[in-house]
Amino acid sequence: MSDHEKPAVKRPAAPVRKQANRRKFIRSAVLAGGMVGLSLLGYIPVANARKPRMRPPGALEEHDFLSSCIKCGQCVQVCPVAAIKLDDIDHGFGIGVPYIDSRKQACDFSCDAVQCILACPTGALTYTKPMFADLREGMKLSRAPVLKAKEKDAEPTLNLKERTGVARLSRPEACLAVLGKGFKGQARGADFKGRMRYMDVDRWKPIAVRDHPYERDICDLCVTECPIKDAIKLQETVGADGVKRYLPVVLEQCVGCGVCEMICPVESTAIVVDERKAWGA
Amino acid sequence: MMGAFERIKVMLGADPQKPTEFTPEAKEIHSLKRMTKADFEAQKQHARDHKLMTNKWRNRRWAVLLFTNLLFTFSFWLDIQLLEGALTASRFAGFHLIDLNSALQVMLAHKHIIVNLFIGTATVFVLWAALGGRSFCSWICPYHLVAEWCEWIHLKLVEKKLITDHEFHRGSRTIFWLLFSLMALVSGYTVFETISPTGILSRALVYGPSLALGWVILLLIFEVLYSRRAWCRYVCPIGLTYGMVGAISPLRVQYRLENCFHEGDCRKVCLVPHVLDVVIKGRAADKHMAIGPDCTRCGLCVDVCPSGALVFDVKGLSKLL
Repeated sequence: MSDHEKPAVKRPAAPVRKQANRRKFIRSAVLAGGMVGLSLLGYIPVANARKPRMRPPGALEEHDFLSSCIKCGQCVQVCPVAAIKLDDIDHGFGIGVPYIDSRKQACDFSCDAVQCILACPTGALTYTKPMFADLREGMKLSRAPVLKAKEKDAEPTLNLKERTGVARLSRPEACLAVLGKGFKGQARGADFKGRMRYMDVDRWKPIAVRDHPYERDICDLCVTECPIKDAIKLQETVGADGVKRYLPVVLEQCVGCGVCEMICPVESTAIVVDERKAWGA
Repeated sequence: MMGAFERIKVMLGADPQKPTEFTPEAKEIHSLKRMTKADFEAQKQHARDHKLMTNKWRNRRWAVLLFTNLLFTFSFWLDIQLLEGALTASRFAGFHLIDLNSALQVMLAHKHIIVNLFIGTATVFVLWAALGGRSFCSWICPYHLVAEWCEWIHLKLVEKKLITDHEFHRGSRTIFWLLFSLMALVSGYTVFETISPTGILSRALVYGPSLALGWVILLLIFEVLYSRRAWCRYVCPIGLTYGMVGAISPLRVQYRLENCFHEGDCRKVCLVPHVLDVVIKGRAADKHMAIGPDCTRCGLCVDVCPSGALVFDVKGLSKLL
C-alpha cells in the first residue's frame, strides 16, 4: 500500500475482467431499455381509453389532470360518501389517479365545500383554473351553482365554477316518467351500498340510499334528488293517445355530479352523465 | 482527500479512487497497523471480545418504518386524520409534505407550481436535509423493507450456490434519473409513478391491494433470483434525488480509522458498498471520514462492526458536545 506516492498509472484490465465488464455493461443497457420500455407502456391505456373517466369536481382537463396529480389519494380520504376511487396499474399513467363511478356512488356534494378540491396539494383539483389551462367552451357554468341543501344559508352557492360533465337521458324508452309511471320502494334495491345526504334526516351524516325508500306517483327521483338548483326539471307532455307523460330535461346548471345516474331506479339506468362533456357540445 | 464533489461522483456511478494525499494522523495510524500478524490478530480478538453483536439500529429502523407506514394506514382507516395521504404527498397534522421525487415529476410534467406544492416540497427538503437524505430510503420507504427481507433469501440462495448475483453498472441509476425526468418533461405524464414500487406499496397500504402489487412482486422475484437489491441499487431515481439532499446533510455515518481492523463485514451487509471503499486497508485519507451521500444511514454497518469503527455522527455536534 505504498504506491500512493507514485502518480496513478492505470494498468490495462485482464481479459477476464474486461469480458466481465463488457457483460455488465450490456446487462445494464438491457436493464435501462427494459425499465424505460415498461414505464412507457403506461401510455397505451391512456391512448386507448374507450370511455373517459369521470374525475372529481374541479379537475383540470384530462392531460393536465394526469400530469399534475401526484397520486396521493388525499381527495379519497376527505370524501364523506367515499365516491372517489383510485385507478390501478391497468390505467397506465393514470395509476393512483382519482375517478368517480357515478352509478355506484355519485358525488352528492354532501361535504358542502368540495373538500376534495381543498385537499389536493398540487392543484390537479382546483377552485380556480390557472391561466394557461385550456377550458373548453361550455365547461364554465353561467353562474355559481346553488346547492339546494344550502339554499337557506347566507351563501347558498357551491364554490365550483366549471362542470365535470353533463347529464343526458340516454334511454328515454325506459324512463319511468316518460312512460308515465310512478315508483315505490328502495331506489336501487336492498343490496345497493351507495349513500346520500338527506337534509330531512341529517345534514352532516349521509345515509344508505336503501334506508330511504321512496313513493312517487310519477317517478321524479332524478329531479328531486339532484343536489343543484335549476339543473334538471320534468317537462309535461301529452302524447297522441292523450296520456300525460313527463320528460326529464337537463338544464345549463347541471355540473355533472352524477346523482341522477346513481338514483335512477331503472336497470340499467335511463339517465347518465357524459364525462367531461361541455354544455351544448 | 475525497471532497464532497468526489463523493457525489461516486454516488452517480464512478468508482471510488484511492487517495493520493493523507493527513499526518492517518499516515501514522496506517503505519502503526503494519505490525506483526500475531499482534494484529490478538488486538482484533480483544476488540471482538468486548463487543456484542446487536441489531440495535436495524430494529429501531424497522420500528420507525412500520410505525410511519401504519400511521398512514390507520389515519385513514380509523379516521385519526394525523397523517393523511400516501408517501407521494400527505398532510401531517395539516402541514403539507410532498415527496421530492414525486414533486419533481409533477413539476416537470405539469410545468406549474402552486403554493401548497412548493410549501410541501420545501418542508420535506429541509426535513431530509437535516435527517440525512437517503435515510428516507431505509427508514421510511416500504419497498426497502420488503426488499431487505427478500435480500436475506437471495443471500441464502447464493450461499448454497443455487444462484449467482449479477451486478449492473451503478451509473445506470443516474441514467434512469435523467431519462425519467426527461420523459416527464417531454410527455407531460408522470411516467415514473407508473412503475414506482414506493408509490404502489404506499397506496396499497392505505387504499387496499391493487393489481400493481403484481409488478412489485415481479421486481422482488428479480432481486431474489438474479440481482441483489437491483431496484434500490441500480434503478430507483427516488434514491438519487434524496441522495442529492443527503450530500449537504450533517447527519451521516462516520468512519474511525483507529478502530478498524479492515475485515470488511460492513461492506458485506451494505446496500451501497462503494460508500465504504474508505474502510479498505490504506484507503482512508484522514483519521475520521464521513461516509458518502449515497449512504442510506440504515445502520447495518454500525451494528455489524465488531470494533466500533463506524458510528452515527452529526457534523459539528460532536465537536460541540
